[in-house]
Amino acid sequence: MDLKDKLVSSFLAFENRVDVDAYVHDVRTDAIKIFEEKGFPSKKDEAWKYTSLNSVLKHDYSLFPKQEDALEYRDVKKYFIHEIDSYKIVFIDGKYSSHLSQTTHDGIDVCLMSAALSKPKYQLVIENYFNKIASKDSLTSLNTAFSSEGAFIHIPKNKVVEKPIQIVHFSSGNEAATMLQPRNLIVVDENSHVQIIERHQSLTDNPVLTNCVTEVFANKRAIVDYYKIQNDNLTASLIDNTFINQKRESVASVHTFSFGGKLTRNNLNFFQNGERIDSTLKGVTIIGDKQHVDHNTLVHHIEPNCESHQDYKGIFDDSAVGVFNGKVIVEKEAQKTNAFQANNNILISDKATINTKPQLEIFADDVKCSHGCTIGQLDESAMFYMRSRGIPEKEAKGLLMYAFSNNVLSSVKIPEIKQRITKLIANKLGVNIGFDL
Amino acid sequence: MLKIENLHARVEDKAILRGINLEVKPGEVHAIMGPNGSGKSTLSSVIAGKEEYEVTDGSIFFEGEDIEELAAEERAHKGIFLSFQYPVEIPGVSVTNFMKTAINETRKAQGLEEMPAKDMLKLIREKSELLEIDRKFLSRSLNEGFSGGEKKRNEIFQMAMLDPKLAILDETDSGLDIDALRIVANGVNKLKNENNAVVVITHYQRLLDYIVPDFVHVLYNGRIVKSGGKELAHELEEKGYDWIKEEVDAK
Repeated sequence: MDLKDKLVSSFLAFENRVDVDAYVHDVRTDAIKIFEEKGFPSKKDEAWKYTSLNSVLKHDYSLFPKQEDALEYRDVKKYFIHEIDSYKIVFIDGKYSSHLSQTTHDGIDVCLMSAALSKPKYQLVIENYFNKIASKDSLTSLNTAFSSEGAFIHIPKNKVVEKPIQIVHFSSGNEAATMLQPRNLIVVDENSHVQIIERHQSLTDNPVLTNCVTEVFANKRAIVDYYKIQNDNLTASLIDNTFINQKRESVASVHTFSFGGKLTRNNLNFFQNGERIDSTLKGVTIIGDKQHVDHNTLVHHIEPNCESHQDYKGIFDDSAVGVFNGKVIVEKEAQKTNAFQANNNILISDKATINTKPQLEIFADDVKCSHGCTIGQLDESAMFYMRSRGIPEKEAKGLLMYAFSNNVLSSVKIPEIKQRITKLIANKLGVNIGFDL
Repeated sequence: MLKIENLHARVEDKAILRGINLEVKPGEVHAIMGPNGSGKSTLSSVIAGKEEYEVTDGSIFFEGEDIEELAAEERAHKGIFLSFQYPVEIPGVSVTNFMKTAINETRKAQGLEEMPAKDMLKLIREKSELLEIDRKFLSRSLNEGFSGGEKKRNEIFQMAMLDPKLAILDETDSGLDIDALRIVANGVNKLKNENNAVVVITHYQRLLDYIVPDFVHVLYNGRIVKSGGKELAHELEEKGYDWIKEEVDAK
């Protein structure tokens, strides 16, 4: 039985196991129908032209891993930004780990999707927001059909959440192959501010496929900073579907750090439903081997006087493949839009590939839109300059690559995250960047 | 200290150096002059170890060791420094961090511990004062948006920080106004002592009024065709290079 059939046929059993709320039940049932009809995307779909899921769909994934809550904090501490106090919502193989987590209901809700979906007090929020901006494509629908667990964050108005919130998904390797479908809902009301760090971390060489959906609602004048730290091993694959709905004068940013994984696909979608909205999409990708990272972004400018800033950097070694497909739509009403997009890439090896495709659809006439992409090698004259000062080849390369991705890091607001990412980059590049930030 | 014997080098298929002989002893200042395209910058790049250039014949000895097989960084670790004619811009790496990395990598190669932060700061302060460099300048990205003069001053600042045995100054005077020229020359002179040596590569005599050479060599068509004392530089300034070209071409 292939994965699609397995998923569809297990849907009824799944629905019987979770609490069946009438509203969510209908949403799930509609969603599984969409998935059943569309199936997994293939290279025939324009949006999947450069990314094939074949190699990740062939495993016999366990869809509902049994609970194995065996991780000790000291063993996984390094995967947290532990230098700062934070709320934590931690999952192991898709199951909530209460002893690694620190949730709250004190003025804000930082808790579990399973609770939000089943408890009456969250019913209104769920009915107003759940699955309201997630697209109806096959993978998102698949997640919707099986959505039962993930992070639920609701920040009522006028709250500046001082501590960042870390959402961490571990996979333990207890099963030969695991498929995870976390579902997150983040609602940030008027004038509130929240910072979120999401990490997908496989602790095993057993294959893991994560099909994650996150809906973020940044209401009037809200500020949302979202940092994504993705897989770093060779057997974990991630399809991340994030949808951000912004209201008037809100500011939202997503920084995505992709330092590994077998296959990573980021579907990042921003919808600007209001005036004077600011959206930032940034990413650093550093991969090698046969790894594959695909950034598929959409910024939908719907109303006037808004901005969007996209800046993606990629460093590709060995036979790695990168894809950047950046779509910007500026509706006719969205006059005075400023939309910027940049995608810069360095290919270290002759066998590495990058496919980059800006896609601008502009229906308004008074806008500033720009896009640019570059593909290059490391600057030889810069290499010689550094080496002539006594910096060995490897360190010089590392320093140049660090410098290359530096712009993206400059907009990271939390110093501890910036430092952590710098270290991850240095480790990834195998160099000791001989200085602090 | 530096001994070059019958050095031939080419880039791609083009022979540029065609038999250079040169010996530089500790405490000496040598000037290498010559018309454009004579091979001056190639010579400095070959000594510093730029891989694009292929040595086809001859040898370069540094303190008695043949350095042909050494990488650029290994030559730097032995005490060879090249001040670039066109310093490269490296966005995202500050002057200070670049120097810290360069010094500590050099120390590592020499089997020394990293320089303590306190000593590093002291050294930076001392040497930036010598070159009259503003502290704010040191936190800027290396050479990015620097004026021509700032770039050259920054080269000599790096030289002061690294304290090389042999410094090759490639067209350090180009793009400098008279004040910057004086600051740069003054810096070089203060760093000069009986144990180190300087090779000044220049098209004009101007810099040699400030950094006075013991020997002047004229490079033409990839060979040193004439050597003399500092008066040779003055003669070239007055008469240009044509008489040398004629003399050589007549042979």
